[in-house]
Amino acid sequence: MKWNIVIKRVLFLLVILAIWQIIFSMEVFPAVTFPSPVKVFTALYEGFASGDFVFALLASFKHLFSGMSLAILFGTIIGVILGKSKQADETAGMYLIALQSIPSIVWVPLAIMLFGFTEFSVVFVIVLGGTFVMAMNVRSAIRNVPPQMVRAARTMGTKGFALFYRVEVPASIPYFMSGLRLAWAFSWRALMAGELLSNGPGLGYTLSYAQDYARMDQVIGIIIIIGVIGALVDHFVFSKMEKTVMKRWGLL
Amino acid sequence: MFLEINNVSKTFSTEEKQFTVFSDIQLTIKENQFVSILGPSGCGKSTLLSMVAGLEAATTGNITLQGKEIKEPGPDRGMVFQQPALFPWLNVRDNITFPLKGKIPQEEANKRADHFLKMVQLSRFKENYIFELSGGMQQRVAIARALAMDPKILLMDEPFGALDEQTRHIMHDELMKIWQETQKTILFVTHSIHEAIKLSDRIVVMGTRPGRVIADISVEIPRPRKRDDLKAIELENDIMRLLEGEINKVLKEELANEVEHSH
Repeated sequence: MKWNIVIKRVLFLLVILAIWQIIFSMEVFPAVTFPSPVKVFTALYEGFASGDFVFALLASFKHLFSGMSLAILFGTIIGVILGKSKQADETAGMYLIALQSIPSIVWVPLAIMLFGFTEFSVVFVIVLGGTFVMAMNVRSAIRNVPPQMVRAARTMGTKGFALFYRVEVPASIPYFMSGLRLAWAFSWRALMAGELLSNGPGLGYTLSYAQDYARMDQVIGIIIIIGVIGALVDHFVFSKMEKTVMKRWGLL
Repeated sequence: MFLEINNVSKTFSTEEKQFTVFSDIQLTIKENQFVSILGPSGCGKSTLLSMVAGLEAATTGNITLQGKEIKEPGPDRGMVFQQPALFPWLNVRDNITFPLKGKIPQEEANKRADHFLKMVQLSRFKENYIFELSGGMQQRVAIARALAMDPKILLMDEPFGALDEQTRHIMHDELMKIWQETQKTILFVTHSIHEAIKLSDRIVVMGTRPGRVIADISVEIPRPRKRDDLKAIELENDIMRLLEGEINKVLKEELANEVEHSH
């Protein structure tokens, strides 16, 4: 990244922090609901130093990993079926769009009633949050395989299942990558929604715990952690993978 | 005869109407010949080539290669499209060995790929990926890929149509060399009169609406052919006159449609 971009971003952050500090110093809001930047960063430091946040983060990543793996698996299966079979798509395609538009927090009461306040409920919400968006993208991935590649493969005597796994699967990887990136984004949101109402452990649970004890410094600190992790994973994992693939596939 | 196209016609039907691309095409093609199918857009020349490839079925009639009827695509007919249609997830060499996978040992396949890469002068690029190659280089890989299957006939569908003028000239010379070296039968679809004259032993000229063969010309000009060869210029003018009426037909029809829509 160019240095002038880094400088711009850091300066912007400093300005925000300065405004925050000024509002705090003017004592517009009570200190309980409006902690100073220093207080928030102290809470962050203490949270990590005591290991509480680290423990919560590990638990969250465990939920995310299980939920996302299943979402990717189910999403891929559904997506391939809808992408390959016109019958299946005409029958179920519309419902997929409906399901995908349901915010993941809506599944939380359902999960709690079915599975109680367990970690399984959290994983269940993540699976529902990630599966449909993954399925939608895999469906377009299969649909958008360039027809000339399929024609070329056929003239080389490739057909049937070989045509599917030697040509259609690799040709659909770019859209599949976009699907992964969106599945991550949706799963990350679903994870927090699920954990907020769970009995822990997890970052979302720690957040609702901090709320119960009126620790606004911790609440803001955890929100910052959630945002930073979301951005870092997107930037360093999924965007990077997507760009590498797009370049190789000649789409960039 | 090597390749026989027997009274072939193609009709597309939609719910409202039927559209006949061409009917009763009768052609026989000799082995080792370079034959061009030349015609304006809409005459169905690409559709005819797709039928020989087995990608499309004839509505009536049939096509046989060495007496065997063509019903589906197969590695005995190599095809090069206007778009190279290479696989970006494979490097150049693996693209060429793609049709050989599981048929001959990997080592032999690689050797064959190297042989044809040398023929199209891309030996240095065998480890490269497709996005790193120019359009002309990609099309050379596509030719090498088709040749590596050792097909009986090479089908080329306006293979140089998307290239710039200079690259196209270079590709013409290379294709001539490859053809002389491999002795393959080539069926070459183009809308460029000049290209057809420069390359072919025989030019089949097609007209449009409906598509049909309007002339079948043997080109007796010695190779290598130059653009300013008097015989070539004469032939170019002859074919131009033949096609003029056909192109006007298309234009008139398009204009008529335009008028119809504006009323």
